[in-house]
Amino acid sequence: MSDFLPSPLTLAALVKIGLLVGGLMTAAAYLVLLERWIAAWVQDRRGPNRVGIPFTKISLFGLGQPLADGLKIILKEDFTPKHVDKILYNAAPLVILAASLAIFAAIPFGSVLPPLNIPGLPDPVPFLVAPGLDVGVLWVFALSSIAVYGVLLGGWASNNKYGFLGGLRSSAQLVAYEIPLGLGLLGVVLAAGSLKLDAIMNAQAESGVWYCMAQPLGFLVFFVASFAEAARLPFDLPEAEQELVGGYHTEYSGIRLLLFLVSEFLHMITAAFLIVIMFLGGWHFWGITGSSQQITWLEALLRFGILSAKILAVIVFFMLVRWSWPRFRFDQLMNLAWKVMLPLGLANLVTVAAVEEFRPQFTEALGATTAGWLAIAVPWVVFFVGWILAGILTPSGTDNRPIRAHDPLDIERGIREHDLAETELAGTR
Amino acid sequence: MGNESMISLSGMVMAPVLAAGLPLAAINWHSVLFLLFASLASIFAVGVVLADNVVRMALYLVFSLAATAGLFFLAGAEFIGAMQLMIYVGGTLVLLVFGVMLTAQAPFVSIKPSAADRALAGLAGSSLLVVLLAAALSVDSWQRPGLSEVTAPTATPLGMALLGMRVDGPAAGAATGAVANGYLLPFEIVSIHLLVVLVGAAYLARAKRRRTPRPIDAAASAVSVVEGSTRVELPAALPPRSGSASALVSGGSK
Repeated sequence: MSDFLPSPLTLAALVKIGLLVGGLMTAAAYLVLLERWIAAWVQDRRGPNRVGIPFTKISLFGLGQPLADGLKIILKEDFTPKHVDKILYNAAPLVILAASLAIFAAIPFGSVLPPLNIPGLPDPVPFLVAPGLDVGVLWVFALSSIAVYGVLLGGWASNNKYGFLGGLRSSAQLVAYEIPLGLGLLGVVLAAGSLKLDAIMNAQAESGVWYCMAQPLGFLVFFVASFAEAARLPFDLPEAEQELVGGYHTEYSGIRLLLFLVSEFLHMITAAFLIVIMFLGGWHFWGITGSSQQITWLEALLRFGILSAKILAVIVFFMLVRWSWPRFRFDQLMNLAWKVMLPLGLANLVTVAAVEEFRPQFTEALGATTAGWLAIAVPWVVFFVGWILAGILTPSGTDNRPIRAHDPLDIERGIREHDLAETELAGTR
Repeated sequence: MGNESMISLSGMVMAPVLAAGLPLAAINWHSVLFLLFASLASIFAVGVVLADNVVRMALYLVFSLAATAGLFFLAGAEFIGAMQLMIYVGGTLVLLVFGVMLTAQAPFVSIKPSAADRALAGLAGSSLLVVLLAAALSVDSWQRPGLSEVTAPTATPLGMALLGMRVDGPAAGAATGAVANGYLLPFEIVSIHLLVVLVGAAYLARAKRRRTPRPIDAAASAVSVVEGSTRVELPAALPPRSGSASALVSGGSK
């Protein structure tokens, strides 16, 4: 009989994949409900609160809403316009969904489970689909850059000028913000000395200093870039329902549109996971979870709960920002990426490198505690200096309206300068 | 270490087979996955050649390169696999597709090569194939690595070698103080090349100073936009001094 069963290791991986995909999809559905509740709360109105158990009067605060939403969008007509490129049109939503789901293979959902004593399973069991992956950060980054294809191909295949322009616009955004995202990530990798997400969390748990405290600039850059990568407000130009005709998924409807929307939501969840794991200490919380690898069941559950709570908090912050901030204009978006975020990211990287380089010497000279505080203080100084410099040096980062050289009613001066220019021109001719 | 990630990948293929009740333990999943990824890479590579739409070609190339990355993961070279995904699939080809979409005009979207092009490409391709086949056939015996043999090397030795320190290979023994040569020099040369290319591109694409004001600036009238620091460009369409009344009109039109 054992011939007919895969090994325990394989079975465990299958179980994890099933839990992950099912759990993520359900989570996405309920987060949509949460988002609608938060929107209603921010706008001081009632959110969805009627749908409960079907065919009864029980409303359960509207907890049945995701089911109704899902059924509605799935049962809608799946219309394919005649003018599309069929292969690419069908492939685009699948590419983007597959990429955003596959990212989670390398993302840990906690630290480890205590030994289960199942033969063939490694002890302790990690909360991770692909625990052996040595380069988890690279995997996540690589797959998040693949999601661009869904956007690009969707826009192209629609064969519609709005869709096409939307595709170009959003892919330019995604490509531009990948660079600050990578720079923010590099600082953490440099400090932790590992490309494993597990090891990064362990490093924060052991030192007790989360990387958002040790690298505030990197945290800021990564946070803003994740908003842009997840195409959330204030960076939601890929969609911009009100003014830009829906962007790259203009021609999509029914289940295919659902795939696009779900993968956008999954991007937000991924971003929240990465922010918590890389910068907010992962499962670590002072005084509640230990930092060792030998843990009890209670500790394992606590760590899982703390990680989930942090992630939920970040997601709620994402949602609050969505209903609090207006959308950037496209040129402001690009200015922010290239003129503000990129230099700040580089400054963070250099600071982290310097801190890591000189930390051993300072530890020797000043003692571990002073050196530790210094390693936190220096990046904060750089953070404020960088913030102020960015504000002074790129004031046009958010405003590129023509600067008035002089009072438009100062006619005499305009005429004088005009004549001057005329004579100059005559000289050059 | 590397086995587990591989097995998690195998999970996707396994589901339909599970239902059929095959003796799963008897199957060498490494070979199955190798065949899967290899055939995907080959099929999409052929697709690149056969397709005549530029964007489809690019997409097939994406799939082919991604399948190659799968082969790297399968071989336990996770760093190279992730790099393949990141640099080629996620970087170069995105820019390629983006450039094609931004610039492609109708005659270039659909590519129909001439017979001479086909012959030339066939010649180059088949000669490369001959070389690769000769290399492949010169191996005495191909053997499937067992699961236990696939190890996951860390990225550290490679990174250290790029920084100029070999922790493996012939220079590894020189721990006594002799400077071990890594790949620092070639790495730096490549970086300088890239820098030169960037500077050159920026020079070619720089905004050239206009000698004459554009007609479109006339619309902006007396409200001029400061460009640079000292020189204020003024529209040529502004009437000369005599017509001060019309200057008032055009000056106030903004």
